[in-house]
Amino acid sequence: MSEKIKELKVSAIENGTVIDHIPSHAVFQVIRILKLDSFDNMVLFATNLESKKYGTKGLIKVSNKFFLPEELNKIALVAPHASIIEIRDFQVSSKKIVETPDHVNGIVRCFNPNCVTNHEQVTTRFTVVEKEELRLKCHFCEKITRRSNMEFK
Amino acid sequence: MKNKSLVSINDYTKEEQLRVLELAREFEKNPVQTILQDYVVASLFFEPSTRTRLSFESAVNRLGGKVIGFSEASNTSVKKGESLRDTILTIANYSDLIVMRNPIEGSARFASEISPVPIINAGDGANQHPTQTLLDLYSILKTQGTLDNLHVAFVGDLKYGRTVHSLVIALCNFNTTFHLVSPLELKLPSSVKMHIKEKNLTYHQYTDMEEVIPNADVFYMTRIQRERFSDPLEYERIKNSYNLHHDMILNTKDNFKVLHPLPRVNEIDINVDSSPKAYYFEQALNGVYVRQALMALILGLLQ
Ligand SMILES: [Zn+2]
Repeated sequence: MSEKIKELKVSAIENGTVIDHIPSHAVFQVIRILKLDSFDNMVLFATNLESKKYGTKGLIKVSNKFFLPEELNKIALVAPHASIIEIRDFQVSSKKIVETPDHVNGIVRCFNPNCVTNHEQVTTRFTVVEKEELRLKCHFCEKITRRSNMEFK
Repeated sequence: MKNKSLVSINDYTKEEQLRVLELAREFEKNPVQTILQDYVVASLFFEPSTRTRLSFESAVNRLGGKVIGFSEASNTSVKKGESLRDTILTIANYSDLIVMRNPIEGSARFASEISPVPIINAGDGANQHPTQTLLDLYSILKTQGTLDNLHVAFVGDLKYGRTVHSLVIALCNFNTTFHLVSPLELKLPSSVKMHIKEKNLTYHQYTDMEEVIPNADVFYMTRIQRERFSDPLEYERIKNSYNLHHDMILNTKDNFKVLHPLPRVNEIDINVDSSPKAYYFEQALNGVYVRQALMALILGLLQ
């Protein structure tokens, strides 16, 4: 019998983006927000990893892909402390923390069941009125969607 | 203001709002004209609101315009499942201006962004009803001679009343002192109070309305609805303590006026109606002049 594999290493990538410090429960949401489920390049992800800071965390590696800041900032809605590490030729070429955007289009559903965005085919539009606690004001019905009642499309 | 839809009161600047009021005064002097005779206004009421609809239709008719539309959604293609998008794009072909009331919140904003003709929001659910706000401002201006530095009391359901929210926000441009009288369960939401604080204006909160009456210039009453209370006994108690009687307004300021967006239930006793300080029926009439002014501006017939 062959040697027991004690550890499955998440392999390093030569070029691409590593998204670290994602809350474990949010990994699949991040995958959906960045549309990685329909991506052709190699995507590796892990969840429930040990983290000194947060208890557990998730991690995603996307090969041969560098995101625009506005794409990445969308994930701040579910992973406000995520760090973005860009790898070029196996070396870290940049590292930054996501920033909550000022406007959110699509992605989030308006919590108000009587809002036109839940009745007509129309893309949701919000202004972020509070970044820390996360409060989004709907462009249409003018109601506030909070983190506690936030649903993703 | 040509082609400028009115969805929320804040879509118009203070100067634009004042322009509407100034023109409303002209229409009040001369309400029957023919300036709309070549125009068709679509009046789309996806839910019934007889008072608002007739006020708009009267405004159009007195200016010689034609009205097309419907007064409830039950007999229309909407009932057959047509999207609002398709309804608006179709009816925009037949009209120069669309007045819409729709119980779906945000529907007026949505319509204004897809429609090739301007939209006037005549109420979108619990969200906005800006022409009510303009007629309230006009009523205050007419009775007080100014909009500046007034003591305005809001009385009744301040939590759910969109009329109150919009008027409070609009009055924040005029250095108003706010007196907010409501049951504890129906206080003005903090999101609306934020507007008062941002302008460094003062508000006072009360549960007893008699306390406020001697100091108020304007006394704006609203209906308290039974369905807002889980305890029917609590509703009965509150209902009877928010009831304005003739003898309560005897020692008020000379300029004191009682306003109410109507319909009322029993919050204003009919013995108040004959007082010169009762203004709610004239207030409703003012709606016609304000809507005439607004339509003339949006259609570009006046500047
Ligand atoms: Zn909404």
